[in-house]
Amino acid sequence: MNERTRSSRRRFLARALGAAGALFLAGCERLSESQWFPKVLAAGERLSEAAQTLVTGRKAMAQEFSEADLSPSFRSNGTAEPDSEAYAALAAKGFADYKLEVGGLAASPRSFSLAELRALESRTQITRHDCVEGWSAIGKWKGAKLSAVLDAVKVKPEACYVVFYCADPMADDGTDLYYESIDMDDAWHPQTILAYELNGEALPIKNGAPVRLRVERQLGYKHAKYVMKIELVDSFAHIAGGNGGYWEDQGYQWYAGI
Amino acid sequence: MDDVTASASTTAPIAGRLYYRHSLPVRVMHWINVIALTIIFMSGLMIFNAHPALYWGKSSYTGRPPILEIGARDGGATGAIGYTKIFGHEFNTTGVLGLSREPSGRPAARAFPSWLTIPDMQWLSMARSWHFFFAWIFVVNGLCYVAYSLWSRHLARDLAPTRGELAKIGQSIKDHLLFRHETGEAATRYNVLQKITYLVVIFVLLPLAILMGLAMSPRIDTVFAGWVDWVGGRQSARTIHFIAAWLIVAFVLIHVFEVVITGLWNNLRSMITGRYRIPPEAPHE
Repeated sequence: MNERTRSSRRRFLARALGAAGALFLAGCERLSESQWFPKVLAAGERLSEAAQTLVTGRKAMAQEFSEADLSPSFRSNGTAEPDSEAYAALAAKGFADYKLEVGGLAASPRSFSLAELRALESRTQITRHDCVEGWSAIGKWKGAKLSAVLDAVKVKPEACYVVFYCADPMADDGTDLYYESIDMDDAWHPQTILAYELNGEALPIKNGAPVRLRVERQLGYKHAKYVMKIELVDSFAHIAGGNGGYWEDQGYQWYAGI
Repeated sequence: MDDVTASASTTAPIAGRLYYRHSLPVRVMHWINVIALTIIFMSGLMIFNAHPALYWGKSSYTGRPPILEIGARDGGATGAIGYTKIFGHEFNTTGVLGLSREPSGRPAARAFPSWLTIPDMQWLSMARSWHFFFAWIFVVNGLCYVAYSLWSRHLARDLAPTRGELAKIGQSIKDHLLFRHETGEAATRYNVLQKITYLVVIFVLLPLAILMGLAMSPRIDTVFAGWVDWVGGRQSARTIHFIAAWLIVAFVLIHVFEVVITGLWNNLRSMITGRYRIPPEAPHE
């Protein structure tokens, strides 16, 4: 074989490879933006949830750490201060007027002041917060066990999910309030708490004051900050975008165990 | 390529003959693997782009700086630059890492460039959907491969090196460095270096990447509280996952290089139809 045919063959190969690569990438883009393909990909999420629940068991406990592992300052992500007048008014009074409403599929719905939440059975835990972006931070949280709140309102058997409504608007015009939801396994889990303290001090505004959710077996966006209202539901299809959370409505996975 | 030697060769009666090298299941699983690993790697880079820094330890905020960081910053007179910082040493990587052009031609601050990621634009949730879906395909395909290799004796027959082969590993390394390849009867088997490499990739590197991926899952971490600390913690696991991914890429590059220089079409045919043409013996030097 002479040099010229060899180099032209090489050039042909390089071009063919380049064209195949471009075609492959363009194909992936079209699939990402199609209506149907993301629904196919979502099968992976359901498979992960089923497999992880099976392997770990429903009651598995998240790892807890020691004081030596604490991050020097706990990173704030997402909303650092809710852009809302109602929230600003609450914060100005040190959340003295704060009321957490708990209702929905509950036999005795009621609301809790911060003092009443503090009077419920509490739990203190040093846990690792894993953001969907990839970073982790370790903090010491103290809060009322969500199970104690659920016991107080007498959950009806048809309740399947707990929805958390937050004070922080995600849209510039003050709408699109953050919200999240978890299932009853996570709701009754002993490490699932409504935290009002971080690292031994009142929860700072940047980390979700006065109360945020800790749901330790899932990624950070499930840990709703600035929780104002809790609702027990049998389905979240009717709430906002219908996917069970603000980020879920933007395409993120409802099951955030991985 | 060298007709004179081929016709003059009398010591290799099987040379030039097609023989059945790869069984159908192996061929199918090989190509499923090619597609799955490509997508997993490229969507993984997109996920990395969401927080382009790597750490060692249980968390990212330990008071110690990241061991790797890719970003963009103001470079003064030269305008924005992309940089890569490894163990405190900064390199200007404008155009590829940190700052690169998106398909629209607009320069964008992003760790890995759009031609290396799926999706090409910054879109974390979609990258995660691709990554985990194809991770399942990859894992199921890999389990089928291991089961088939045990059952069909592909593992024992074709992949396990013999004592005699292991003794000659020095010669095999030398042959590879000199681009000398098996011919005749020897070409019907994998060479010893090839066998060891495949075994390490299949039973060490790929499982390590999967395990370190799972170590990042807050739910899988609960299997046994504290197991992630065995590798240094979740952020260490993320770093190992990243390194393992690039080692797999290094394997693929060497693999494809060997495929090309030992006869691209012959190798490709053997992985498509199963038939491999045995190269004639080279003249003795």
